[in-house]
Amino acid sequence: MQQLINTALGGLTLGMVYAAFALALVLIWRSTHVVNFAQAPMAMVTTFVALEIIDHGHSYWLGFAVALAAGLVLGAVVERVVVRPVEGGPEINAVILTLGLFIVLHALASVVFGNRYRSFPAAFGIRGIDVGGTTIALTGFGIFTILAVLAVMTLLVLLFRFTDLGLRMRAAAFNQEVARLLGVRVGRMLTLGWALAALVGSLSGLLIAGGSLVSPGYMDSVVVYGFVAAVLGGLDSPVGAVVGGLFLGLSLSFVSGYVGSQLVALAALAILMAVLFLRPDGLFAPARERRV
Amino acid sequence: MGSSARSLELRDASVRFGGIAALSEVSLTARPGRVLGVIGPNGAGKTTLFNVACGFVRPDAGSIHWGGQELRGLRPHQLARLGIARTLQGLGLFDRLTVLENVLVGADPQARTGFLAGLLALPRAGRDEARLRSRALETLDQLGIAGQADRHPGALPYAVRKKVALARALVAEPELVMLDEPASGLSDHELSELGTLLRDLASRMSVMLVEHHMDLVMSVCDDITVLDFGRVIASGTPDEVRDDPAVLAAYLGEAVT
Repeated sequence: MQQLINTALGGLTLGMVYAAFALALVLIWRSTHVVNFAQAPMAMVTTFVALEIIDHGHSYWLGFAVALAAGLVLGAVVERVVVRPVEGGPEINAVILTLGLFIVLHALASVVFGNRYRSFPAAFGIRGIDVGGTTIALTGFGIFTILAVLAVMTLLVLLFRFTDLGLRMRAAAFNQEVARLLGVRVGRMLTLGWALAALVGSLSGLLIAGGSLVSPGYMDSVVVYGFVAAVLGGLDSPVGAVVGGLFLGLSLSFVSGYVGSQLVALAALAILMAVLFLRPDGLFAPARERRV
Repeated sequence: MGSSARSLELRDASVRFGGIAALSEVSLTARPGRVLGVIGPNGAGKTTLFNVACGFVRPDAGSIHWGGQELRGLRPHQLARLGIARTLQGLGLFDRLTVLENVLVGADPQARTGFLAGLLALPRAGRDEARLRSRALETLDQLGIAGQADRHPGALPYAVRKKVALARALVAEPELVMLDEPASGLSDHELSELGTLLRDLASRMSVMLVEHHMDLVMSVCDDITVLDFGRVIASGTPDEVRDDPAVLAAYLGEAVT
């Protein structure tokens, strides 16, 4: 019983991080139909920015805030400098560019921040909480992880559902030409979309790093699971990304806890194949209109 | 509107696609309080004309003037701010937004909260949005489709979707509205409704429309410009145009002599 609860709680925490990462991918996919392979190294860079600040004696929260802000700026810069020039061409061009950016950021981070493992502090305890004498696998930092991702998701929902800006961003994502005709500055909306996505990606990077070791490659395994989560949800649906992330986190946690941790990657692949076999457009894809 | 109302004027606009002249030296004026109809056989350049007038296509020669000012390097997103709205032949509704949200996107290019204000100063943005919302609902109500506000356009009949597209163009109270084939796909009853609406619109703004439906054009328009092979072959009142030999020839072939 205790193992069951612990496994579920571990999966929930992990799932929240995957959900955040998947959400970042979905935000960009929806607005530009580009799969941003550079999402992970972008988050890695901002996490290192936070680490530099913390290692220079400043507070964890300053590093945290600066990293999120850096994510926002980095996302905007990548959209303007890397993606914008190839806009209008085949989408694969932009995708290849983000792959290139993946390699460039990796290399730059190795040069600037060093290639060794460095420990990243956690804002809260990373020991399990005591409940009635037994220690459960929910840590203070785990609770913070869950709350932080929930808070960001809530803010995004409020932005997209209830503000004029969010409405314009959605309009720009669905049909650029019509949105322009209605006075929407589509370019700005795309920049903002990338910036927000990179911010969410940075958050996932910080949360994964908390209480463990970081190196330029520390996000690489998350990339795979984040992608699987996003595809599970249908790539197009923010809700799907979140559900996909949680589902994957829980599943992998159970596989790791009950079957064997060496099978985790294989299990992720099996889940992905099963879902795509049953629902090719993902769990949350809108029902496709049947043309007659 | 009053005395500040502006006219849209095309002067000798020419557009070439490759070696083909899509428009040759086309001039026309859409005046406040009047309905201008642009007609012509298929491929006569009507849609190109609209695309030039709204900045989708840059003319190779000639100029566009709005209230006497030349619009140089006009780009589509500036149109709404200038007080010009346009509907598209394909409607271009956002299928995943509700009807009300579709209209809200077009709601108010002037009083929009800015980039950061929208993010940070939410209370102010909130007031703006309440105002825009009631205006959008009002526009839907004027077109008789307020009851569909919360539905998605994909689930609605074509005639209603056309009204949604129209509401989206009208909600910002433009000085000029350009309608691309407003009559296509409508029943007789809906056509007469549209005729009444267009006359009503003309009392508040300039209306310019591209249309195939001859009865509607003849009964609703004050001025008509006839295009054929990218050239203006006739322009004038419906009566003048109806009997013009060049128009008859264009529509009926060479046989009219």
